[in-house]
Amino acid sequence: MMAKQKNPLASALADFFSSDRAQNIVVNHGQVSMDVSAEHWQDVARELRDEDRFSFEQMIDLCGMDYLSWGEAEWDTNSVSHSGFSRGVAGQGPGRFDWSKRPQEVFARKSHPARFAVVVQLLSVKHNFRLRIRCFAEDDQLPILPSLVEVWSSANWYEREVFDLFGVAFEGHPDLRRLLTDYGFVGHPFRKDFPLIGNVALSYDEDLQRVVYKPVEIEPRVLVPRVIRADARTQADFSANSGEGKK
Amino acid sequence: MSEIQTYSMNFGPQHPAAHGVLRLVLEMDGETIVHADPHIGLLHRGTEKLAESKPYNQSIGYMDRLDYVSMMCNEHAYVLAIEELLGLEIPLRAKYIRTMFDEITRIMNHLMWVGTHGLDLGAMTLFLYAFRERELLIDCYEAVSGSRMHATYYRPGGVYRDLPEQMAKFKQTKWTKGKDLTRLNEWRQGSLLDYLEAFTDDFLDRVDDYETLLTDNRIWKQRTVGIGVVSPERALQLGFTGPMLRGSGIAWDLRKKQPYAAYDKVKFSVPVGKTGDCYDRYLVRIEEMRQSNSIIQQCVKWLRANPGHVNSPDHKVTAPPRELMKDDMEAMIHHFKLFSEGYCIPAGETYAAIEHPKGEFGCYLVSDGANKPFRVHLRAPGFAHLAAMQEMVEGHMLADVVAVIGTQDIVFGEIDR
Repeated sequence: MMAKQKNPLASALADFFSSDRAQNIVVNHGQVSMDVSAEHWQDVARELRDEDRFSFEQMIDLCGMDYLSWGEAEWDTNSVSHSGFSRGVAGQGPGRFDWSKRPQEVFARKSHPARFAVVVQLLSVKHNFRLRIRCFAEDDQLPILPSLVEVWSSANWYEREVFDLFGVAFEGHPDLRRLLTDYGFVGHPFRKDFPLIGNVALSYDEDLQRVVYKPVEIEPRVLVPRVIRADARTQADFSANSGEGKK
Repeated sequence: MSEIQTYSMNFGPQHPAAHGVLRLVLEMDGETIVHADPHIGLLHRGTEKLAESKPYNQSIGYMDRLDYVSMMCNEHAYVLAIEELLGLEIPLRAKYIRTMFDEITRIMNHLMWVGTHGLDLGAMTLFLYAFRERELLIDCYEAVSGSRMHATYYRPGGVYRDLPEQMAKFKQTKWTKGKDLTRLNEWRQGSLLDYLEAFTDDFLDRVDDYETLLTDNRIWKQRTVGIGVVSPERALQLGFTGPMLRGSGIAWDLRKKQPYAAYDKVKFSVPVGKTGDCYDRYLVRIEEMRQSNSIIQQCVKWLRANPGHVNSPDHKVTAPPRELMKDDMEAMIHHFKLFSEGYCIPAGETYAAIEHPKGEFGCYLVSDGANKPFRVHLRAPGFAHLAAMQEMVEGHMLADVVAVIGTQDIVFGEIDR
């Protein structure tokens, strides 16, 4: 990836941040991205905002990532199949399982340094460039990251959203409540092991004369299997994203 | 002496001024807002998660349903992200068509906004005028896509099909006949481009009409001047984009600064506010309508002179023409594969952003090499704006909350996603 570092922002970043604070500075599709370790998350962010040659005044976006089941496909494209179309029907990809049948063995495999990460899109109005920074939460069971609210006020709701949908907690967040899901919702719906059909459904109960939650009754139904084709046109370059290809 | 207690008031989710399903819990001291806590998510459909279980093309329709008053702009960000990951170059004509429809969408959005914002603050007439013109533009959507709102017109590789040669006309009914019918069909004699030309020639006068109703109106000024003031520094901190940022005096427009589609080939200017109050943001949006009008005129002119393809010839991504499929095996296979399995996108990630009528609409797309996205995250401008609600209304009166909701131009489809 070093060869691609012709981008002035990328070289300025590599100059400024030591390798224990920022890794994996790459330029892809003309966009610069960088991994930051959790312990330096806040101070790197502050320097990106305040340092004159970066001056990222705006945090445009913050979103959660769950890298579970990365690169898993339901359709074997490497060898000729003798099982016919049913191999695609019986798949266990996103949306095709309910809570009791979630594919544990698929989820046990690991593709990234950690399961959960937070990805931030920054924008510098002064210099007119963008940067994407990512931070992995070390603990897969109880993911915690430092909050960026003190650096950019816009982080407030974005972090609430990530907490709600992915269950990543943010240390130092002033008001970490659920944002998008229902009052009293259980679980974190955007995690890869959370079924697309959900766990409960709302309905009106004639006898109780009120709205009640019931276990979900619909069947998971996804029509198109997940396919990964490694032909020449779609040659995968996983090193840029796996976090293993340190710069 | 007993202390005066504040009390809580519930605003929405079923309130006409809440612009959809906003539930606002207000802490009030008399009629002054002490604290505002928006509760959102009543329209949360999990668009991003749904997209993970579908081939790329099947999610374009979901994008229309995010910000359901500026449909094609949402699609634009999503298809741009796909094109970027595929490294797909699209024909120039498709770029111009997208530019034109982005601006049609911008006018539609601002008409909706100016109508409802006026209605919230007591200007009933404007609502009717704005919707009259909006209806004319919705007909353009229908002409190209067959659908009045949820068009799914932008596709990776270009647009669904070329602009129609014939604009649909009204038929005679018991209610529309005679002079009425002639008037309704007056612009519709030629192609879509003729229709748009007639519309844009007329539209500037219509914008002037709106301004005579509001700009110097005493009540309108009392309701908007000095309300919800945001300083440029805070606007940046709070992640404001679009007219909200420009209203605070920062000349930032992605169409100029990071051009996409054919925006580097058209001339327009970017209006900027001074004080950052509701009135400035109103003026910015009104002027944006005029600029959009001029961009549409430029696009119409170019599109007239330059016929050609509107789709990438790469049939792994775009559908082959139907005539070709009748006797070309290759085209047949491409068609079948595209609509069943879709196409795989090389592993990688990208963030594509466009200047949506409401601000920066972004699509963060992550692919692991499959025919479905690994993760789609949609950056909705309204989300950041609504998050600043507390800061904007604190210390204002209850009636000003309505003005601030209006000026933020929020639509819950995109905020709740």
